Amino acid sequence: MSKNKILFDRVSLEYPKEPRGPKRWRNGENGSANGNCALVLENIDLAIQTGEFVSILGHSGCGKSSLLKIVAGFVKPTRGSVWIDEHQVQGPRADHMFVFQEGALFPWHTILKNVSLALNGLKDESERRQEARQYLELVSLEAYEDYYPHMLSGGMRQRAELARALAAKPDVLLVDEPFSGLDYLTRLQMREEILYLHGMLDKTTILFVTHDIDEALQLSDRVVIMNGPPGRLHSSRPIEVPHPRLLSSPVLNQMRNDIYHQLGVHVAL
Amino acid sequence: MTASTGNVELFPSIAQVVRALGGLIIDGSLLKHCVASLFRVTVGFYLAIVTAVPLGIVLGRYPTLYRIFNPVIQFLRPISPLAWAPFALLWFGIGDLPAIFIIFLASFFPLLIAAIDASANINPMYFQVGANLQLSRWGSFTNVILPAILPNIMLALRMTLGVAWVVVVAAEMIGMKSGLGFLIVDGRDALRLDRVAAAMVVIGLIGLVLDRIMRQLGTMESLRWKSEQK
Repeated sequence: MSKNKILFDRVSLEYPKEPRGPKRWRNGENGSANGNCALVLENIDLAIQTGEFVSILGHSGCGKSSLLKIVAGFVKPTRGSVWIDEHQVQGPRADHMFVFQEGALFPWHTILKNVSLALNGLKDESERRQEARQYLELVSLEAYEDYYPHMLSGGMRQRAELARALAAKPDVLLVDEPFSGLDYLTRLQMREEILYLHGMLDKTTILFVTHDIDEALQLSDRVVIMNGPPGRLHSSRPIEVPHPRLLSSPVLNQMRNDIYHQLGVHVAL
Repeated sequence: MTASTGNVELFPSIAQVVRALGGLIIDGSLLKHCVASLFRVTVGFYLAIVTAVPLGIVLGRYPTLYRIFNPVIQFLRPISPLAWAPFALLWFGIGDLPAIFIIFLASFFPLLIAAIDASANINPMYFQVGANLQLSRWGSFTNVILPAILPNIMLALRMTLGVAWVVVVAAEMIGMKSGLGFLIVDGRDALRLDRVAAAMVVIGLIGLVLDRIMRQLGTMESLRWKSEQK
């Protein structure tokens, strides 16, 4: 594969604790040198290649979402840096799009207007609408272009958000537990959707945060496991099984068990 | 059903009120007074909207400015707009301006507080989305701030217009020569309580209509997201 697309260089993140919040632990106990700060991420080193689909797995609160927000440029790391194509991330940009956990469509705009906002570059309004329609077709929502987000189901909203993100023509897609609010069947459909889209946009690098192991196994080229807090990289392993994948195959079963084990889950599944 | 002291009706009957109303309609004075009151409310209310809403957005989005100006606002806000009436009369003389000024004051603070509160409490996620889509400053103003605060602003407009309508009548009772408030004072001075009651009925009816209009505006398509949100 080609050179690194995203490079994490010893990324650490501290959050100041609530200035007037209840006193919790004293110096050191949380691993932080500074007692007024909570260490969220500690020395993350990770390289991701162009077109790679990487899932980040970990328990709630291990800093997965924070890691993603640093790549998006929403959060500045306390130490270290993130590089995309050898440019340091210094703020949000349309070529690395973030897909949020909950509905982040603008509720006051129609689906079409939401998508066309990503097409800033086009000056002509009708041209924008035309192109926005194409992205809605990509996620089979062309019949709903005049609907407001609240009129759609959760799955449709999430698809519309994907369409908006893709309309910005990003080369990195940062996806933060996008299906966690959806019901089980819709989640399965969304897996299909993501695979289809990733197949179409083969140059798009996807960083996918989830706590659903099956989702990670089904979708990604590589699974990165984090533990914490403070968030640290535990391990990284490629999944070299061609799509479509049978989740009950012996290889993936073995991997699932390994991952459960690494995450410290020891119930029999 | 009428009690009386001397020949003054303390409780004018419905028939008397209707007759007084008819008289006021026929001689054209009712229309004149209604137009005068509505004109003052409209001008004062619009002046308040175009000043309070932009200022509120700025204060809501810049916490430092808010901390500086908030004490001034909270100091001025509890002073009844009517307390300004003597100054208003001296500054602006006899005419529409003192009443407009008082309406303006009565509408300004509720709108300002609503605009500050609404724009300070926009979900930061929407700004992250806007930054991610690389919306311009103007783009994020028109696509995030304005639509996000609009439902709250509409509700505040509806409530504030009600207050403005209450206050215009009170303002016109002090030194005005026209308007529904003047009609009440005039009726009192002439001991024509039937006219006073007739003016009260008209005030109530116009208030009802104004609220209906504002409520209708509140059901616009672009505002509906707020009530549908979970």
